[in-house]
Amino acid sequence: MQKADIIKIVSILAFIVLAPVLGGLLEGIDRKISARMQRRVGPKITQPFYDVLKLFNKEYISVNKKQLFLLLSHIFFVVFAGGLFFGGYDMLMVFLSLSTASIFMILAASSTHTAYTGVGTVRELVQMMCCEPAELLVAVGFYLASAVGGIHYASLGLANDPSFMVKDLINVDKPAIMYMPGFFIAFVFILTIKFRKSPFDLSTSHHAHQEVVKGLTAEFSGGAYAITEIAEWYEEVMLLGVVALFFVTNNPISYIWAALAVIIVFFLEILIDNTSARVKWDLMFKASWGVILACAGTNLLVLEILPQVLRH
Amino acid sequence: MIDMAHVVALLICVPLVFAVLIAIIPDDKIRGIIVYIGGITVMAGALYAAYLWLFKLSKAANNTFIEFDLPFNKYFNYATLIGDVVLMVVIIFLSFKHKKHIICLLSLIQTAVVCWVEFKGPKVEECVSMRFDNLTMIMVLIIGIIGSLIGIYAVGYMRGYHVHHKEFKDRRSFFFAMIFVFYAAMFGLVTTQNIMWLEFFWETTSVCSFLLIGYTRTEEAITNCFRALWMNLLGGLGFAVVIIISAYKFDTFNLHDIINGNALTSKYGLICLAALAFAAVSKTALFPFSKWLLGAMVAPTPSSALLHSATMVKAGVYLLIRMSPVMGDTRVGTVISIIGGFTFFASSLLAISQSDGKKVLAYSTISNLGLMVACTGVGNSETMWAAIFLMVFHAVSKSMCFQSVGAIENSTGSRDIEDMQGLMCRLPKLALVLLIGMAGMYLAPFGMLISKWAALKSVVDSDVVFLVLFIAFGSASTMFYWTKWMTKIVGNSEEREKDVTQSNEYISMFVHALIAVCVVASLPIISKKLVLPYIVNATILKFGDITVNPNMYKQFYTELAPLNEGNLKVMVIMIAAVIIVPLFMYFISRGATSKNVVGYMNGINTGDNRHFVDSFGNEKELHVSNWYMEEFFGEKKIFVPAVLIGVILCVILIGVSLYGLGGVR
Repeated sequence: MQKADIIKIVSILAFIVLAPVLGGLLEGIDRKISARMQRRVGPKITQPFYDVLKLFNKEYISVNKKQLFLLLSHIFFVVFAGGLFFGGYDMLMVFLSLSTASIFMILAASSTHTAYTGVGTVRELVQMMCCEPAELLVAVGFYLASAVGGIHYASLGLANDPSFMVKDLINVDKPAIMYMPGFFIAFVFILTIKFRKSPFDLSTSHHAHQEVVKGLTAEFSGGAYAITEIAEWYEEVMLLGVVALFFVTNNPISYIWAALAVIIVFFLEILIDNTSARVKWDLMFKASWGVILACAGTNLLVLEILPQVLRH
Repeated sequence: MIDMAHVVALLICVPLVFAVLIAIIPDDKIRGIIVYIGGITVMAGALYAAYLWLFKLSKAANNTFIEFDLPFNKYFNYATLIGDVVLMVVIIFLSFKHKKHIICLLSLIQTAVVCWVEFKGPKVEECVSMRFDNLTMIMVLIIGIIGSLIGIYAVGYMRGYHVHHKEFKDRRSFFFAMIFVFYAAMFGLVTTQNIMWLEFFWETTSVCSFLLIGYTRTEEAITNCFRALWMNLLGGLGFAVVIIISAYKFDTFNLHDIINGNALTSKYGLICLAALAFAAVSKTALFPFSKWLLGAMVAPTPSSALLHSATMVKAGVYLLIRMSPVMGDTRVGTVISIIGGFTFFASSLLAISQSDGKKVLAYSTISNLGLMVACTGVGNSETMWAAIFLMVFHAVSKSMCFQSVGAIENSTGSRDIEDMQGLMCRLPKLALVLLIGMAGMYLAPFGMLISKWAALKSVVDSDVVFLVLFIAFGSASTMFYWTKWMTKIVGNSEEREKDVTQSNEYISMFVHALIAVCVVASLPIISKKLVLPYIVNATILKFGDITVNPNMYKQFYTELAPLNEGNLKVMVIMIAAVIIVPLFMYFISRGATSKNVVGYMNGINTGDNRHFVDSFGNEKELHVSNWYMEEFFGEKKIFVPAVLIGVILCVILIGVSLYGLGGVR
């Protein structure tokens, strides 16, 4: 086996084992900071783990037994997406699997046919529609940036083969953020939706004050709900990994910058969560597509033209 | 042993014989049997042609193509001319009868041009009239298998249809006859390379679809069928342009010679390219021509299934795939890909606001065709690969979707998505067919993979940035409207309903499901043995060579093989993931013990999850509705602007070619 393969396997395994730990801790920190922002003491940082353990020990009650296998498929695809990402595979495939995962989640919720999940499901669908273009465009952005930010930029003239593969994207001379600030803004914007943070926590929320009870997850209980929680941790770690990818280069020091960026983005999301009120779906839709088009779209145009300008 | 020329001649003539038989037999039972025999004959013919090509001829032809004349070629030539005039007479008669005089003009011009060129035009060198290659084979199989299955389905469906709709006159003889004429025209269309013949077959499909759409003869049906007619005839004028130019400038009627050698070098060749692309845009119902395909759903479901999946719109895609390598090098291709990309985006938005199942299917067809056309317009090998596979999978999936929605309508009396709540519990077999069809449209293994992965991947390298945006946003709304529909079907519901679907309808649907599985399973072979060689050949031939140089073939093949392998690897992973994972999860979760409870409804759930206690203490039914977002995506809001943009793009297309701006980009 080659060294690259070993690294690949180790990082996939590391993701599968460590992501839930990291994700749980992140949620604990999130709760703590949120509590402090609200002048409360807040729970222990390890509290999310106790919550999930407790959920697993509860009796499993369900409205429709179908939901369990749909939820298991959901978590599989989330982990699969993360594994692809940390294993250095195709960015488009990563987001493709993530979308497949959300479809299973939505089907699991809708299989119950009750009022609150019904509303939650449709809202989740809208949220998915809001995020989707940004995810795909970010993948395309990385691809284009790898052409400009790689060897091509260093030697001006020799075109670097652009790539969708994460393993190539971490091997660039200049951080991707230099070429794709617009994509970065769009991505951070939809992260608020992805992390289910106010003002965009429409389908289901981490806060107690949600008007559709628990919306999407209202009918999940016990182990089934624990699965959704763990899937969320995996997803969170993966998405923060994408944030890091904007800053990573072939210089090891860049990883420090990447970590810093992740921490700032994470804090920013908590701050937004605690300082804004939930909006209606139409505003979310207009805002997200508007931001994606304005920031990522413009950036895309520039990236298309840039190589031609550099060549001259 | 019969050779290919005979097989193709039979493929064109036998359906016509059956059409006549069906038209003259009034008895329902006997006619049904004849339709079965006809369908099976057509299918067998198509399979035999494929067999002959794959195992006998393709090797001898070095995997490229063969050219041949039909037996009695001269008489076929006369027949197309006479046929052209007959079509014109039919159109003139019907449009006068229904007071749509202006439509005659379109038909008159076209037929006049054909006759003028034939009798008064310059003496054009005779070209070999038929051509058979891998793409032709794929098309023949689509038409022969999917098409005739729809015919078989229609026998049962139309029986039920006339029980439900006593108000319409029973014209089934005519209906089935038209379906068989359609097969003949489509077989001719995909096998011929003579532009005069192509024009005739093209116009025949236009007229057939016009007659099928007008089946019920209601006011709406008549308005819609004439709309379909004039839009397609307008597109057909493109052929008139090509025929004149090719007769006076190129001295050939061979489609491939007109396109391949000339489009990149001469201004007239470019005009031909644009004119044919324009005809294809109208046939594939892209914006601005989308309205005819939407109107086509007034016809009974089998004809919608036929128009959407195996025939009609696929004719347009077929022609564009033929021109794809050349389009890839010209600005004409750029404009075409923008028209396609825009249509993909706009009609996926429009689909969101629809609750009529058939209408959602119609918009999704238009949207998918847009994507295929965008791929052909970009014209590199990856996009061609995507376009061909999209077309194959769309044919199978869409036909399944239409058939099951039709059967659902016959059983429940409604095709509204809101009435499909919990279909999985009510009509499990039909729901399963519909789900497989939908999955084929937008989930893996194919729909989603292609629309996002292959298309995005290949489009990124083209110089049309708009396309990336269209695909990114369009695929988001595509996911939205399909998943929204899916949630309705898998939801909870009351007990089973009576399934009135007839056995022949089920046969057709299950064979479709089987085909879908087979195509997925044999995908690596199809890709390697059929699609890839075709792309290699087409790429070489675009420079105007008449034959394919074997060395060049080898070189191109080795260059393109990684694309094939890369795509396939991903494909296998996706198939495994999306089919096997849920199944696996289903089996491991089956043993889980759970206490069944009722859903949470603030304590007013009456106990069955479908009713609640209202404020007067009465029991009321709970209805969880989907969202249709009329104020964002309503037809009123989007349709007219989309058509206008389509018109502008078409004007640009014509302008680009006329002013010579369309040259090599």
